[in-house]
Amino acid sequence: MSSTPVIALEDVRKIYPLLSGDVHALDGVSLTIEKGEFVAIMGPSGSGKSTLMNQIGCLDVPTEGTVRIEGQDIGTLSDHDLTALRRDSIGYIFQKFNLIPLLTAYENVEYPLVLRHRKYDDSGRVQALLDSVGIDSALAAHRPSELSGGQQQRVAVARALVNEPAILLCDEPTGNLDSKTSRQIMEMLADLNRQGRTVIMVTHDAATAEYANRTIQIQDGRIA
Amino acid sequence: MKKPDIIFQLSMRSVRLNLLRSVLAALGIVIGVVAIASIGMISANMTLSVTEELSATANVLVVSPDAGGGGGGFGMPGGGSGGSSDDEDDYISDDQFDDIRKAAGSSYVYYLYSESDSIETGDSKGRATIYAMDDDAMTEILTLTEGSYPSTTSQVVIGPDLVERYGIVVGSKVTIGDEDDENGQTTVRVTGILEERGMSMDISSDNGIITTEKFFTGRYGGEGEYAQVNVVVDDIDEIDAIAESIDETLNKKDDEVRVEDSSRMLDTISSTLGTITSFALAIAGISLLVAAVSIFNVMMMSVTERVREIGILRSIGTQKGEILRMFIYEAAIIGIVGAGIGAVLSLVIGYVVVFGMVGTTEYFFALDSLANIPEGMIVGALICIISGVYPAWRASNLDPIEALRAE
Ligand SMILES: Nc1ncnc2c1ncn2[C@@H]1O[C@H](COP(=O)(O)OP(=O)(O)O)[C@@H](O)[C@H]1O
Ligand SMILES: [Mg+2]
Repeated sequence: MSSTPVIALEDVRKIYPLLSGDVHALDGVSLTIEKGEFVAIMGPSGSGKSTLMNQIGCLDVPTEGTVRIEGQDIGTLSDHDLTALRRDSIGYIFQKFNLIPLLTAYENVEYPLVLRHRKYDDSGRVQALLDSVGIDSALAAHRPSELSGGQQQRVAVARALVNEPAILLCDEPTGNLDSKTSRQIMEMLADLNRQGRTVIMVTHDAATAEYANRTIQIQDGRIA
Repeated sequence: MKKPDIIFQLSMRSVRLNLLRSVLAALGIVIGVVAIASIGMISANMTLSVTEELSATANVLVVSPDAGGGGGGFGMPGGGSGGSSDDEDDYISDDQFDDIRKAAGSSYVYYLYSESDSIETGDSKGRATIYAMDDDAMTEILTLTEGSYPSTTSQVVIGPDLVERYGIVVGSKVTIGDEDDENGQTTVRVTGILEERGMSMDISSDNGIITTEKFFTGRYGGEGEYAQVNVVVDDIDEIDAIAESIDETLNKKDDEVRVEDSSRMLDTISSTLGTITSFALAIAGISLLVAAVSIFNVMMMSVTERVREIGILRSIGTQKGEILRMFIYEAAIIGIVGAGIGAVLSLVIGYVVVFGMVGTTEYFFALDSLANIPEGMIVGALICIISGVYPAWRASNLDPIEALRAE
């Protein structure tokens, strides 16, 4: 048996029906990503990069075509199952960090773990992850609003990893960071990829795309 | 110690973050709960105290002339028979009294004269009900705490309310009647003080003056024309049968008399109380409605402010149901805290208003009375939670992508 690709898209179309006419945000995208790849997605603004990430990230289902995550067709899943898939199989890193403001850094990392196992962490795994991204326990007690952008993104990386996801999705992860911090975050992602994790990243920046093994160009909802 | 559910923690923190807003929203619930609980307690305390007092005379049937109007309201017998004495049907005759006696079998039957009149004692003036009955009934029915029963026309015994109000003691002089009264004024001497009887059907002696028959008919005339006849039934199980028998004997052709027992009075009182209570509850309901609107408003604000946060939560794997729960918890926290504060305030405010309105807090801690507090709490908290359902539903059904885009 040949190994199933982690991600397989087949002629995926996403159409937003608007009064001014339908928007074909994705116009027949086929794409296969194998386990352990580091893929950069590039393209001009409005070309459909985020829409593509939303399909892969199970935040949305395609209008036409199929998206398979670890062999499973997400078009057949209920909202409940899609949500569980996001929680267990996908780690997100967003441009705007997207930490939960009511929770401390530690709790932000712990949250997906608690959602999944319905109990709090007692293995020390949460703090170990935070330590590995350079957030010590004193810093981890702070709320996101008390942390710098770089620190918040480190916490977000730790959070994305806590449930051991098969896929790491990063939508412009360095878009809101200065160049030094950007490099540190990119080193971290490259490191995670070297450890065998599949990473898919949207970026504007050619230097950032250098970290990937493969770059996909998107134009008008198609792979160019 | 086990940490609470993480979804509940988020709800708690959201309430705490918007503490002032949450407190203001809870205020409506506090007021609503206090209103509901206090009104319920007033009603329960009134019913309890009236029931207790009336149960002392539960075995008494009161036979009074049927004025034809059908009777309504409280119809407190013995209280106000004055005013229509020229109506020839407005009394019970000696013949009727004999008929009642026959119909009542072995029960103790006695007649009562009564008039309302002005009284004067020392420097004070006021009004009281003047009663008279035969000597035998007086010793049978009335109990003295002090002194002796009247034996001459210038002697009376007097009820404890009057004693308290006018500072009367045994030996005091009381003048009955006004200066310009057609019957003139008569001064009598108090020879005894009656035991307190509370509210009762048969005779309101607490606020009354009991004179001899001779004095009464001498002053007001109408000998053998009784205001009311009371039947003290031996066996309470017989009371309906005896009432029926009196009714059949005396009301053969026309409705000559009305036969009532204390349960009728209790019914009248509770239905009147019920009307007042439902009116008051309607007002309490309005305050809860206002509370519901303010909770709804606060919850909608909370959802709107947290759209982006909801998007984050959903994107990293929080289920719709968990988002729903998070906002329901938030409404419930506000509701339960509001209801809790309302309960504590209900104890204090309820105690004060019950004392003010009912006159006694003897029954305040009775189950029927205190039960109004948890009832009010449950209503208040439920209204809060129900008000939170729609906002929570809205939150849980937000599209995660749209929500993430929000600023
Ligand atoms: N919810 C939506 N409704 C309507 N049009 C949308 C929606 N989301 C995205 N689009 C449109 O789809 C196209 C692709 O958008 P997007 O994937 O966000 O592009 P990118 O991330 O590459 O800048 C754009 O033209 C955008 O306006
Ligand atoms: Mg985009």
